[in-house]
Amino acid sequence: MNGLGWAELAGLWGHFMLLSVLAVGGAITTAPDMQRYLVGQHGWMTDAQFTAGVAIAQAAPGPNILFVAVMGWHVAGVAGVLATMAGILGPSSLLAFAVGRYGRRRADAIGLRAFTAGFAPLTLGLLLSTGWVLTAPVRAEWAAVLLVLGTVVMSVRTRVSPMWLIAAGAVVGALAL
Amino acid sequence: MAARRAAVPAPDLAPGQAPDAAPETAPDATLRHPAGCGELFRIFNRLALQGFGGVLPVAHRELVERTRWLSPQQFVELLTLGQVLPGPNIINMAIVLGDRFFGWRGALAACAGLLLAPLFIVLGLAIAYQQLADNPAVAGALRGMGAVAAGLIAATAVKLAPTLRDNPLGLPTGAAVGLAAFVLVGLLRWPMVWVVLGLGGLGTALAWRRIRLAETLEGRQR
Repeated sequence: MNGLGWAELAGLWGHFMLLSVLAVGGAITTAPDMQRYLVGQHGWMTDAQFTAGVAIAQAAPGPNILFVAVMGWHVAGVAGVLATMAGILGPSSLLAFAVGRYGRRRADAIGLRAFTAGFAPLTLGLLLSTGWVLTAPVRAEWAAVLLVLGTVVMSVRTRVSPMWLIAAGAVVGALAL
Repeated sequence: MAARRAAVPAPDLAPGQAPDAAPETAPDATLRHPAGCGELFRIFNRLALQGFGGVLPVAHRELVERTRWLSPQQFVELLTLGQVLPGPNIINMAIVLGDRFFGWRGALAACAGLLLAPLFIVLGLAIAYQQLADNPAVAGALRGMGAVAAGLIAATAVKLAPTLRDNPLGLPTGAAVGLAAFVLVGLLRWPMVWVVLGLGGLGTALAWRRIRLAETLEGRQR
């Protein structure tokens, strides 16, 4: 921790700013690219740490975006949290602010509809990618594969709260993984 | 991106509107205004701390039912705006709503309310995990939670898949674009920027053409 120089922190900030603008389907859709950047390209964290970070943020209360803070913490402590959070929130927040104030004057219904319709299938593909990337540390273990598939079925077929599924995952994991 | 031309009608609340003027000017007489930035912070903090595995359902209960800052219709409009914009929906909603009530200070207060306390909780858990990561039971529990997290996110995609049928792109094209995104980003690990700009641009262009076509056909039939 705290092992990154200013240039690397600036690079981290810049990459997360780029992802902020690309996060059309929500921040979690950018997780595959974060993993590619943090684990694959720079080796700043392991697959297991990355997936654990997302799991910790999902188990805690608050917006899911906070998994980004956990990534930053693992990579460079407080400086990493500031770099990743300022990056992922900065551009999208400024855009939301500007559109909230001035957006009404630029009404163009067909453009907006084409944009949301055109990006919807992309969001689905990116969500699947996120799920796939997060299974990287446990893909070889049958108990974990069952846990992933069981979660998909439970989540699609029932209205059980995600909190209980994560708790069940913790128990199964402590005993069998 | 296309968010620039967002056409979502916004609730009729002017930025910085005085709270005491609210009862006369609000479109729905039962709607309230927050008393100040402090109340904005407090309510957003309260809803963030209740939101396990997603804040949006709690946001509806707090903003529409409990505080009555928004009518159900205004909430849906705000949510649509938050979803069209890049970035986390709930943060975008907090910024737009906070700004409407108290300008940029309101936007900051709402955002800080959402993020500050949960940030410390999440970092506390991350530090605890670092201390305990060598404990096999803790490591196993985190691996199990990670597997469930992966399943929850994949399940969101499964739940949203039927919406492709009503998409102007049509099911075959939509499924092809979604599958291409999964292969390129998930399996081949291409940098996301090119995939999003390429496939997203292609999807938007195709959707634009089909919407235009459908509207011309409709016009002829009339």
